[in-house]
Amino acid sequence: MAKAKSKENEYEDIPGTFVFNAERSRQGYGINMFCMSLMKDANRKAFKANEAEYLKQYPLTPEQTDAILKRDYNRMLELGGNIYFTAKLGATDGHSFRHLAAVMTGSTQEDYAAMMLAGGRSVEGNRSKSGKYGKPARGAKPKSAKPKSAKSKSAPKAKSKSSKKRK
Amino acid sequence: MAKIIAGISSSHVPAIGAAIDNKQTEEPYWKRVFSGFEKSKKWMAEAKPDVVIAIYNDHASAFSVEMIPTFALGTAAEFPPADEGWGPRPVPVVKGHPELASHIATSVILDGFDLTIVNKMEVDHGLTVPLNLVFGSPKQWPCPVIPLAVNVVQYPPPTGQRCYDLGKAIRRAVDSFPRDLKVVIFGTGGMSHQISGPRAGLINSKFDKAFLDNLTRNPKALARMPHIEYMREAGAEGIEMVMWLVMRGALDEKVKEVYRFYTVPASNTAVGHIILQNGVGAKKAAAKKAAPKKKAKAKARKAA
Repeated sequence: MAKAKSKENEYEDIPGTFVFNAERSRQGYGINMFCMSLMKDANRKAFKANEAEYLKQYPLTPEQTDAILKRDYNRMLELGGNIYFTAKLGATDGHSFRHLAAVMTGSTQEDYAAMMLAGGRSVEGNRSKSGKYGKPARGAKPKSAKPKSAKSKSAPKAKSKSSKKRK
Repeated sequence: MAKIIAGISSSHVPAIGAAIDNKQTEEPYWKRVFSGFEKSKKWMAEAKPDVVIAIYNDHASAFSVEMIPTFALGTAAEFPPADEGWGPRPVPVVKGHPELASHIATSVILDGFDLTIVNKMEVDHGLTVPLNLVFGSPKQWPCPVIPLAVNVVQYPPPTGQRCYDLGKAIRRAVDSFPRDLKVVIFGTGGMSHQISGPRAGLINSKFDKAFLDNLTRNPKALARMPHIEYMREAGAEGIEMVMWLVMRGALDEKVKEVYRFYTVPASNTAVGHIILQNGVGAKKAAAKKAAPKKKAKAKARKAA
């Protein structure tokens, strides 16, 4: 993915986040329309009966098909899926939003639930891959209250680890 | 003349709807959330609006990726609850107010807001959860509701400024509707949350509380906040909060904050709720008129 150079894409600098922009929407049209089809019970049954066969109806790349079959939710987002759509796949498997969130963060259900009850994932150390935005932005004052996870600003790929620590 | 008397904002977390539908509201986890709306229910019962205008977003229920309207105003007579994959929520059909809705559409389009007009639409938890939170679970919703769906699913949503300005245009539209109606406008969604990707679970209470403060006192500055700040500070899905600015734009510049509630979490989300009342400017002006006497007396005392 492009680095956060141009202002337009500066959200690419946010760690652990796949922003559903026009480009991803275009690439992920097949994923999202497949997920949308799961709103109907008959389709849910047909999909469950033969997943790979069912997916052939949709314009999917081999990577996208693979991500769906493996329930790799982060990969689906990266390849253009949107969470409100992929959540319908989750619902077809009997899973809630929160269940999927835990899966995407690589936590166990218990750990994730405990993190949320303790106030959620701190924004400290989770603002920016480049470390450019250690400082709080307008509208939010400095966050000193939760020191545990307040690692240095440049904790780039450590977000899920740091969160585990903080709960 | 129709009149906007107040604005209400609240989160619209789907799990709140599920807790209501599965009768879990008395469980401690959920009681913490629902208890924050007891006062609001009383306030609503007293305010008795004739119409609600509800700013919300659709979550891949009425609109898929086939069609992504930035602002979609529901002008239909009714809006059935959508099947979100678990069957439709067991809530009443939302009755619209086609006359006022069509008037708003006409007025805001001529005012420069090219919104989409929708005559057939199902509504999901984004709309029905806030209705439950302030009206409870009646057999029928107590008043008609005009839904205004905002795209916050595909980036970019409309800017905060555009949302705020749309609120102002809606205000002008309501003000010019030639029937006596009491209108309450809802902004829904938020507060901080991220439900996608490895950063899911992000909550930023400092940001949320500052947002609530600024919503009441400093909305013009708040409207200028760029999308990147919502996403970075309040989570990728925290950007839903731009919808609160439509509500705020429709109110007076000075408002009275009647009530505020904030709790973390409901599922993945920080729950925020606020009631802002119009008409405080007029009252203050009246109070000022009365005030000089007191001041003069105090001065006189000091002098003595």
